[in-house]
This record gives sequence, structure tokens and C-alpha cells, in this order.
Amino acid sequence: MDVPAHITGTVWKVEVSVGQKVGAGEVLLILESMKMEMPVEAPEAGTVKEIRCQPSQPVNEGDVLVVLAP
Amino acid sequence: MFRSLLIANRGEIARRIGTVARSMGLRTIAVYSDADAEAPFVKEADQAVRLGPPPPKDSYLNVEALIRAARETGAEAVHPGYGFVSENAEFARACTEAGVVFVGPPPESLARMKDKAQARALAAGAGVPVVPGSDGVVADLRGAGEAAERIGFPLLVKAAGGGGGIGMAVAGSQAELEKAFRACADRARSAFGRDAVYLERYFPAPRHVEVQVLGDTHGQLLHVLERECSIQRRHQKVVEEAGSPLFLEGRNAALLGRMTAAALAAARAFGYANAGTVEFLVADGEFFFIEMNARLQVEHPVTELTTGVDLIGWQLRIASGERLTLQQADIRRRGHALEFRIYAEDPVRFLPSPGPLTVFRPPEGEGIRVDAGYSEGGVVTPYYDPLLAKLIVAGRDRPEAIQRAEGALERFTIEGLKNNVPLHLRIVRDPAFKDGALDTHFLEHHAKP
Repeated sequence: MDVPAHITGTVWKVEVSVGQKVGAGEVLLILESMKMEMPVEAPEAGTVKEIRCQPSQPVNEGDVLVVLAP
Repeated sequence: MFRSLLIANRGEIARRIGTVARSMGLRTIAVYSDADAEAPFVKEADQAVRLGPPPPKDSYLNVEALIRAARETGAEAVHPGYGFVSENAEFARACTEAGVVFVGPPPESLARMKDKAQARALAAGAGVPVVPGSDGVVADLRGAGEAAERIGFPLLVKAAGGGGGIGMAVAGSQAELEKAFRACADRARSAFGRDAVYLERYFPAPRHVEVQVLGDTHGQLLHVLERECSIQRRHQKVVEEAGSPLFLEGRNAALLGRMTAAALAAARAFGYANAGTVEFLVADGEFFFIEMNARLQVEHPVTELTTGVDLIGWQLRIASGERLTLQQADIRRRGHALEFRIYAEDPVRFLPSPGPLTVFRPPEGEGIRVDAGYSEGGVVTPYYDPLLAKLIVAGRDRPEAIQRAEGALERFTIEGLKNNVPLHLRIVRDPAFKDGALDTHFLEHHAKP
């Protein structure tokens, strides 16, 4: 499952690592935009398969940031 | 008066300060990051200096680069605007050391206001009511229980080192206090290494009312009446007005009198000079000091439009050592003014929405002023706050200002990014807003799509 950015901004912090199990609603990473920190949460439980971004990288709304495996 | 001014800010406020300063005959120097190279505030300045890449720490917060720009351009004074370095005592001192006048309060005064606990103690010492609280951290649950009996319920449990709503919980009873205390103590421990928890009286529906003050360096201090800024989202103001609906038509005059006197007492306690604002919560006919802002406020235009006092002009004159020629008795309000912060954000969920301004057509008309940081064809980047422009509308009275605002908002055309004009339209059409029944939780209950 692809987890996209819901806003345009920069990646502030990645809170998970590849292989980690996460629950639904768990914070995967935090985006920063216009002086606000916005957490990106796991839409459902799974395992982190891929992380497609790194801290301070600019991202656009809709870009896939993390891929989860069920 | 100085002959040149460096403006250490960006967007609408840099543009506004530049306009006022040029009208007073000053040469203006803009500073900018790479993200703002094409912005109106840069183009309109007499001279412009690049600070660095877009992130604030590399540009508008970079004290060294700002001081270098002031030295190289021979600027006699620096106006910091709001945000960025405006309340940074270290920057104010660096200006003084470089032989440049900082347009703002003395650095010692800035330092006194920065620490919230110290500011609260200073205000309380000057006889200004503060929100009843635990006066420092409570050591354990038992200490919290004892403090709570004195403060009364409901109360707010706050973790030291928290902020922005993180590490805060409301407790309505001793039983809830236990739960809230444990949650906040955990948060404080992970951030701070100890159970540092504060208690404060909680007001379910307070109003945010603030008093503008203006003082010179010769000991003259006066207030320029109040503003109400209760309509907020995420503790940030969205709509402001002068005067507060609480005091319209002479209502609650005694309360207003006590608030303006308290604001002057607080400003004196801080050793204040220049323009500043004392913020209060108002609930159940009482008022409580929140903090003093040592700078020009975003919402200063509603005061300017209703009192005729040119706040930026006075800031420059005071910084150059001139005496205030205004007297308290000269300060009177005429009419009513509203300010709408036009943000690049989703008007329902309030999520940031940077992007290109393919169409940007602000309204014009009687009583309408627009302070815009961008123009059509510009790009709003994610690096800075979402403020695109301020729509300020004045009228003979509040109903006329609201009516003009509705028309102005309908004519405000912005395309290319999401913006909160639709939210402002819902606010001005809301019956509770029209009645002036405001509190800081207004947007949680009103103006829904």
C-alpha cells in the first residue's frame, strides 16, 4: 500500500525504518509546511516495505513517501 | 529621523513597512531569500540584498547575514517586522553593536518578556491579573491535588517543554486530574527528564482581547485601545477587529478601563518603549494577562484605521529618539474595522496549500485596504507562514464593516492554490459572528461548510 504526502512541503523527520511493524494510525513521518508540522500516519496496520524520502527533502502533495506491506 | 532603513522581514509586512518608510523620505533596503527574489517587497525597495537559500535559518533568521547586509548598505536602522528576529534580544544587541538602531523595545525589555514564567511574575507583581495557576511545577499527584483545590476546576494540566497543544489536558474533577497528571508527567519525562507539570485554570469559552501600547524613550507611554482576536485556528488568529464587540456602544466600560490600565502597568513593568501589545483572556467579566508581544502585531491595521494613529510611522519616530506628541486624550475610536487573514490553506481542514498564484485579484472599494505580500503570477512556497494578504475593511459601525467585508470577500479572486476566502465568507455570514458572540473556540462550533 502506498502512503502519499497529503500536503506539499519538506520531510522533517522519518519516524520508522524498513521492516518495522506499524499499527493503524501510527506516525510514519512528519512533514513541515508553512511553519506547521503535519504527521503522516499509517492508514492501516502493516510492515514498512520501502521509505521513498529522507529528511529535508521537498515533496509534493500526492508523492508516495512510504510503502507498507500488509 | 534616519535616512535609511533595512527591513528584516518578507511578504506583506516588509512591503507595508517599506511603503510607510518611503513616504517619510527614507531610503529602504529589502533583504530576501532565493524563494522571494521576485516578490513585490523586493522590487519596490530602493535597494535589495540577497540573504541566502529559502530555509528561514539560512535567510530571515540568519543574524550574521542580516547584520552584514545592514553594514554593507549603510543602513541607519533595522525594522524587524513581526516573527523572525523581531523578538530576538540577541539580534537587537547585535544591531546596537554594529551601530544600527533596532526599531523595537530595548533588548533588556525583550529578554524580560521572552520567558513566560518570568513575564507572568513581573505582570502579577505590577498588579496585573494573571491566569490562576500552580506558580511553578507541581512535584507529584498529591501536590497537584492541593494546587487544584486552590485554583478550582476545570483546569488545564500542562507539561513543561510542551506546546502547540502537545502535552496538555483538561481536567474537570480530582478523578480526571489523576489521569491528566499521569499523561502529562509521562510527556514531560520523555521531553525533559522529569515530571515537570504545571496547572492552570481552564476557561471553556474565553475571548482574546488585547491592548495596543505605544511608548517613547523619554518615559511617555499610552495605550491605543483594544482589539479582539477571538477567531482562531490552532491558536493562530484568523479574524481580528477593533473595537471588541464586548465594548461596543459603551458597554462594559469599567472592564475596558481596568484592562487598559493593566496593559500600561504591564508595559511599565517590562521597561517598554516603542509599539507593543498586551494580550488578555476575558471570561465571566474578568480578564487575565497572557503575554506581552514586543513588536508590531499582524493585526495592527485595525487600530490604525479606527484611531488614525500611524503605528509604523510612530515606531520609526520613537526609534530615532523623537518624543510622542500624542496624548492619551487624543486617542479616540471612529468607526469599526475588521481584518481577515487570507491564508494559502484548505478552508475546511486548514491544511497548508502552497502553489502558484495564477490569478490574484484583490477587491477595491470604500473602506477597503489590502496588504498583500504577493501579486498575480507569484509563487507561494512552503518555507514561510501561509499569509497571502490581509483584507482590512472599515465602516461607520460594525454592521457596515461586516456588510462591506462580505462584498469584498465575494470579489476577492484567487486561483492556483487553495485559500481560506470561503471560510471568511462563512464567518461574516454566521449569525453568532454578526451578534459579536465570539470566543476562541468559535471555529469549532460555527461557520461550518
